[in-house]
Amino acid sequence: MIKIGIAVFPGSNCDRDVHHVLNNIIDVKADFLWHTHDRISGYDAMIIPGGFAFGDRLRAGIIAAHSPIIKEVKRMAKDGTPVLGICNGFQILVESGLLPGALMMNDSLRFVCRWTQVQVVNNRTPFTGNFGQEEIFHIPVAHGEGRYVASAPILKDLRRKNQIVLQYAGDDPNGSTDLIAAICNEEGNVMGMMPHPERASESLLTSDRGNNAIGIFRSLASFLQQEQKAIV
Amino acid sequence: MGVLTKHELDYLERSLKRKANETEQDIVGAEWSEHCSYKSSKNYLRQLPTKGIRVVVGPGYDAGVLDIGNGYVITVHIESHNHPSAVEPFGGAATGVGGVIRDIMSMGTRPIAVLDALRFAPIKGASKLSMKSRWLFKNVVKGIADYGNCIGIPTVGGEVEFDESFNDYCLVDVASIGFGRKQDIVANQADVGDVLVLAGGSTGRDGIHGASFASKALDAENRSAVQIPDPFLEKLLLEATMEAIRAGCVKGIKDLGGGGLSCCLSETSDSLGKGFDVELSNVNAREGGMTPAELMISESQERMLYVTSNEKLPALKSVLDKYEIRYSILGTVQEHQDLVVRNSGGVVASMPSHLVAHAPLAERSSRRPKYLDALKSVKRPAVPSDLGMAFLSLLADPTIASKRWVYNQYDHEVGIRTVIKPGMGDAAVLRLNTDDKLVAIKLDGNSKHCYLDPYQGTLGCLSEGRRNVICTGAEPIGVVDHLQFASPEDPEVFWTFTQAVKAIVDYCNFIEIPVVGGKVSFYNETAKGPIKPSIVMGTLGLIENLSHVTKTTLSSGDSIFIIGHTASEMGGSEYYEYLHGITGGAVPKVDLEQDRHNGDATLKVIRDRLARSVHDCSKGGLAVALAEMAIAGRTGLRIDLDAIPNSCKSPDDLLFSESHSRYIVATSKPDQVRSFLSSEGVVFDQIGRAEGTTLEFSKGRNRIVNLPLGKAEAAYYSLEETMK
Repeated sequence: MIKIGIAVFPGSNCDRDVHHVLNNIIDVKADFLWHTHDRISGYDAMIIPGGFAFGDRLRAGIIAAHSPIIKEVKRMAKDGTPVLGICNGFQILVESGLLPGALMMNDSLRFVCRWTQVQVVNNRTPFTGNFGQEEIFHIPVAHGEGRYVASAPILKDLRRKNQIVLQYAGDDPNGSTDLIAAICNEEGNVMGMMPHPERASESLLTSDRGNNAIGIFRSLASFLQQEQKAIV
Repeated sequence: MGVLTKHELDYLERSLKRKANETEQDIVGAEWSEHCSYKSSKNYLRQLPTKGIRVVVGPGYDAGVLDIGNGYVITVHIESHNHPSAVEPFGGAATGVGGVIRDIMSMGTRPIAVLDALRFAPIKGASKLSMKSRWLFKNVVKGIADYGNCIGIPTVGGEVEFDESFNDYCLVDVASIGFGRKQDIVANQADVGDVLVLAGGSTGRDGIHGASFASKALDAENRSAVQIPDPFLEKLLLEATMEAIRAGCVKGIKDLGGGGLSCCLSETSDSLGKGFDVELSNVNAREGGMTPAELMISESQERMLYVTSNEKLPALKSVLDKYEIRYSILGTVQEHQDLVVRNSGGVVASMPSHLVAHAPLAERSSRRPKYLDALKSVKRPAVPSDLGMAFLSLLADPTIASKRWVYNQYDHEVGIRTVIKPGMGDAAVLRLNTDDKLVAIKLDGNSKHCYLDPYQGTLGCLSEGRRNVICTGAEPIGVVDHLQFASPEDPEVFWTFTQAVKAIVDYCNFIEIPVVGGKVSFYNETAKGPIKPSIVMGTLGLIENLSHVTKTTLSSGDSIFIIGHTASEMGGSEYYEYLHGITGGAVPKVDLEQDRHNGDATLKVIRDRLARSVHDCSKGGLAVALAEMAIAGRTGLRIDLDAIPNSCKSPDDLLFSESHSRYIVATSKPDQVRSFLSSEGVVFDQIGRAEGTTLEFSKGRNRIVNLPLGKAEAAYYSLEETMK
């Protein structure tokens, strides 16, 4: 059985939501892992959920980036384990150096919670494999600091190496460069995204917008299943 | 410091049979403030119907508890933070959220949603007053957003009203609901020798005399009485409290709010029927040199008191340690019935807890205000030559316009429960993880109606709340009330309070719905004068079948029905007040029999799956209600005004009257709806269809309004522009 670890920090608040979707909707095993864990084994992937880790003190994600569990996440990422950061999780991945660039205050200077659409720009990651290239789906955002920015050389690299995974489609909730909603590392096994797929995984919660965003988690599950088969 | 009146001090010293020292006077002063003691209102609140088959815990506790079956409960509470928000809107509003969340936690349930009801002076225009009002509005919303978003509890609904009686002031009401297992409701029992643990934030000089500050008119800006918010710490306290309850290491919980330790300790000790010995030198003080009185009345935020046994203390400590929450052993539970406060060993206060927790009630006289007669009748405005323009202006009225600017700043989805999100329906609907059950909740107020007729206005708030939850497919199961007025020492103000209570008693007895909690807030006035009586009702509903969940979104092609009668009752309507600047006239009356009948019939229509969308008529009347449905569904509509059951004197009344007990039902099965409603015997008719791309209202052969949907939309969503 696939096992996914959910990193929980003081102030994480989407941990239970991700846990519910993974265990009850996708049907994979997911466990909460408290931030003090310094030896993680037996997990096929790690998810860093949204929230306000350490209350966003100093800067969103910065304190969490120096926690014991992130040290482990870094090690796992280096070994090729898929790591997904959602919202505050994306901010933590950026602050820990696993992903390039930075997430700045939205251009509206206000927190924004609403539905948007994203387009799959790269469907060859562990998190987007079940989507069609250029597929567009509905998904909500909820963040104050979600405007992705990076220096010109980094952006050039991101484009060249196909690291832009999702872009906002026909909408711009926060002023991100190139409408970036998600990026991955060069190897593709670490992805950070600002929108919340766990909030759009059940049709009861998505109104008439569809729950295609569940594809993020389903892609991960399929990827891990393929991997397990390959090993067997 | 003299916060006690002479009469109260006499009473205290007579009861103690000795002089009360200064620390004792401060402790009692905090607890006997209007804010904490309800000394003016208690006698009246006793009349409220609080019993019901679902009521597990009614008013008087931190939160009301309703049984929803299968071993689960919903908890609910409402609070206000008016004075603090008027001087420091960000911190005042944020700590208001924090307080109400702790009340829900204190019952042993996890808070699953927050709602807010906000009242400000008008925000349009360049006047100094409207600029100040925009500043207050912006920062109150930011305060609520920052706190709720950070702690991860969705802010799912509410309402905002603008009125000149809130000039230089604002009302910030926050409600929260919790969800949990009945078996986890904290029993609040203690035994002699049990330990009192104070956990969370340090105790500082913020919020000193906060409760007393809130119990006087706002005459001077007193920022030091406003507390400082720390949502991160509250989040830690929330998780730790839930974990401690699950681990069975909590025998009693009480949050620290208004009146600080004074209120928390005296009320807890009194309700447990046991005495407390506490040692103040154990309190984690934020700064040195704080006096015993300061420590006892500080309202520093994010603090909880836990009662635990010596055996379970290590388990509680380890939970608090996990979350790196500071705590101290404040004292112990004793056989005696007193609150004994020591500082480094020496007794600084020692009084019977029951005495401290029960202020002598204040006798208030009441007199029907003179202004009521003067405002009874007003000259009707001339019917506008262009009713379409009038309609458009009303859609852009900040009280009516979409509150998207507000709710897009609130994380309203965290927790993945929000099925009906802001802007989609008449009430927020959240799923509960038990079977098919969902809870609906809405806050409603109408200061304009309540000013002109406190009794009918309050009935109206209750009727509106009931309508709103019914429209989502829910059965109303309980209400909480928040009663806000100026000084109770003014007999005319106090009369409006008694009328509001009478209305709640009458409505809830008739409809048979229990009042499970509430709050009274007096002294809401500034140098500019008193606020209008502002009654805010929170109504809870239960949906037991997913397929009953109903939104307001109109579908093109659907037939439109109205249930209920429309009359020329224009007093306090947005049409009179906002559009014509008229204050006065007869407000809409609630016919209790009709109200119950129309609501029950509407709920049956929904449960029989005959309705595709349902919406009630409230502020702005029928025209606004229909526009909201059309905008949500992006379809035009054609309405024949002559088909509406009415006794209106003119077409503008017909469009904008705020008569109660009216529901709009849109359906793809008009014949079935017609025959069903006929058999129910309610007043109703089919009034039009969803079609085209304009909002068209005809009377006889005349098309009196024909508004392109896009224009209506732009006006309805104009709050973003106003707040730029």
